[in-house]
Amino acid sequence: MKSWNEIPYDIQRVISNTAVAPGAYILKFKKNNPFIAGQVLALGVSKEIEPRYYSIASAENDELISILYTERVEGKLTPMLSLLNLGENIMVSKPFGTFTHIKPSPVFIAAGTGIAPFMSMLLTGKASGVTLIHGAPYPEYFYYSDTLIGRLGENYIRCCSRCQPGCLFVGRVTDFVKQWNDLDVNRPYYLCGSAEMVVETRDILISRGVPVSNINSEIYF
Amino acid sequence: MVPLYGKTLDELKSIVTAEGLPSFTASQIADWLYHHHAESIDEMTNLSKKAREMLSAKYTVGLSKPERVSESADGTKKYLFPVANNRFVEAAYIPDDDRATLCVSSQSGCKMGCLFCMTAKQGFQGNLSAGEILNQLRSVPEFKNVTNIVYMGMGEPFDNLENVLKSLEILTSKWGMGWSTKRITVSTIGLIPAMNQFLEKSNCHLAISLHTPFDDERRMLMPIQNVYPIADVVDELKKYRFSDHHRVSFEYIMFDGLNDTPRHVKELVKLLNGINCRINLIRFHPIPDSPLRTSPDERIIQFRDSLTAKGIFTTIRASRGQDIQAACGLLSTKALQEKR
Ligand SMILES: Cc1cc2nc3c(=O)[nH]c(=O)nc-3n(C[C@H](O)[C@H](O)[C@H](O)COP(=O)(O)OP(=O)(O)OC[C@H]3O[C@@H](n4cnc5c(N)ncnc54)[C@H](O)[C@@H]3O)c2cc1C
Ligand code: SF4
Repeated sequence: MKSWNEIPYDIQRVISNTAVAPGAYILKFKKNNPFIAGQVLALGVSKEIEPRYYSIASAENDELISILYTERVEGKLTPMLSLLNLGENIMVSKPFGTFTHIKPSPVFIAAGTGIAPFMSMLLTGKASGVTLIHGAPYPEYFYYSDTLIGRLGENYIRCCSRCQPGCLFVGRVTDFVKQWNDLDVNRPYYLCGSAEMVVETRDILISRGVPVSNINSEIYF
Repeated sequence: MVPLYGKTLDELKSIVTAEGLPSFTASQIADWLYHHHAESIDEMTNLSKKAREMLSAKYTVGLSKPERVSESADGTKKYLFPVANNRFVEAAYIPDDDRATLCVSSQSGCKMGCLFCMTAKQGFQGNLSAGEILNQLRSVPEFKNVTNIVYMGMGEPFDNLENVLKSLEILTSKWGMGWSTKRITVSTIGLIPAMNQFLEKSNCHLAISLHTPFDDERRMLMPIQNVYPIADVVDELKKYRFSDHHRVSFEYIMFDGLNDTPRHVKELVKLLNGINCRINLIRFHPIPDSPLRTSPDERIIQFRDSLTAKGIFTTIRASRGQDIQAACGLLSTKALQEKR
């Protein structure tokens, strides 16, 4: 892969760029290359800024690609992404990455936008017997929760770090995993999100007896 | 105050132009910073008094001494340096018979999450500027003895490519420190786009953290495998011509029962076929709560011999500074970060 100025990329038109929670957006554009659920794309708005990577959140057979992203106030790309309007251009690389080999009965653990590859897998029908543990600061950041409640029922566990006690688990995913009674060391675990979340959760899983060979992570570095 | 140390000649030219000073002043400043090792603007005596006053109002040389040193029984020293935003990094000075290597950090913490690494447990706090990277060399008391520099401390150098390239430019330029590129090695886990830029822009040696040739195993040890599989990294490397002047080596930490079998030797040979390279085998230095163990010495030797027999030049790296947590994979300033 060459540097951004040299790699082939497509120009796509933005079909929608919708705010789904404060500072969080779903960006849609036309799919022009097949992909495997769990893969990522590099996105850019101009050649001046290095591209950033985004997991594809839509199903493999959808005609549109959906990207779920949060705006970083001090970030270089996301403040520009959030300003994109319908019909404007976006630079899109081919899909790549291998966070795609999902074994049966997986436990998906995600923080924030780390839910994206798991959404793609679920919507594509690539994963069965799933438990999904998702962490977010406030209830509005449980993207896709309507769909997930319908699909996964009790196997969809929301860990809300700044919620009042109620129907959700109050605390971070790491707090949940530490005390999770149903943790099964034989299931495969898939982690996705920031390095901090992944490293901490991986350590907890290991300390609870999950073999490292059962843990696969995607880090949003 | 803006530090001058770590600025390239072009950056110094922009500074002097902005201050309305003659453009040759930039070369004079570079000379003071990187040849004469000046510690203050006042020392730059061939600059006019007015120029020094103008610069001193906004700029400083910006060196910072290590805050702490730990010394190993084997002579290795670990230095703790303060960097921006109340963060710290560590650098390891490793003297040997005829050489002395300094292992520098490029980031405070790291985002890459490798399973075997203490820095990963610290998370990421920030990139180092070129000046902060070079300050680790300039400000160790053994500065003048250092013969080799390796970017293998805290952080992934290619996640901070711009500053790493700037620091290399300063280290190797005639107007800078004038080091030979043969004395410098930059180590990466294989961030392909940045690695390609490095190979196009720099002739310093490259080291790739390989650790296992098999996908599933590498994914377990290094999440980056999901983004840039090692086979793709190697395919990219095959496009470059490596020689003794511009060398590529592979770092291979030996984990007991995990990546130290004849099956691994066979696959490594297949993977690296066609690249002029060497492999460095490294003992794993256990980190707290790690499920991983280092391979026994006899297996490491066997592994080396098998690779050598297959025509791959393979060495076993001596473990240094383990008693002061300065050995490979042990650098962390998390405890300090938490105190602040
Ligand atoms: C494989 C992969 C998949 C990803 N998928 C997604 C996804 O689906 N959705 C998503 O939202 N993101 C995803 N990301 C993250 C994404 O690529 C970007 O990193 C993110 O969107 C921020 O981009 P930015 O340009 O706005 O911020 P950047 O300019 O890259 O900065 C990122 C953040 O780091 C901080 N920062 C920058 N420099 C420093 C420094 N020196 N010290 C301390 N902090 C610093 C900034 O303040 C900012 O908050 C993924 C990353 C990877 C590697
Ligand atoms: S081994 Fe290097 S890249 Fe991996 S986590 Fe440690 S410092 Fe980062």
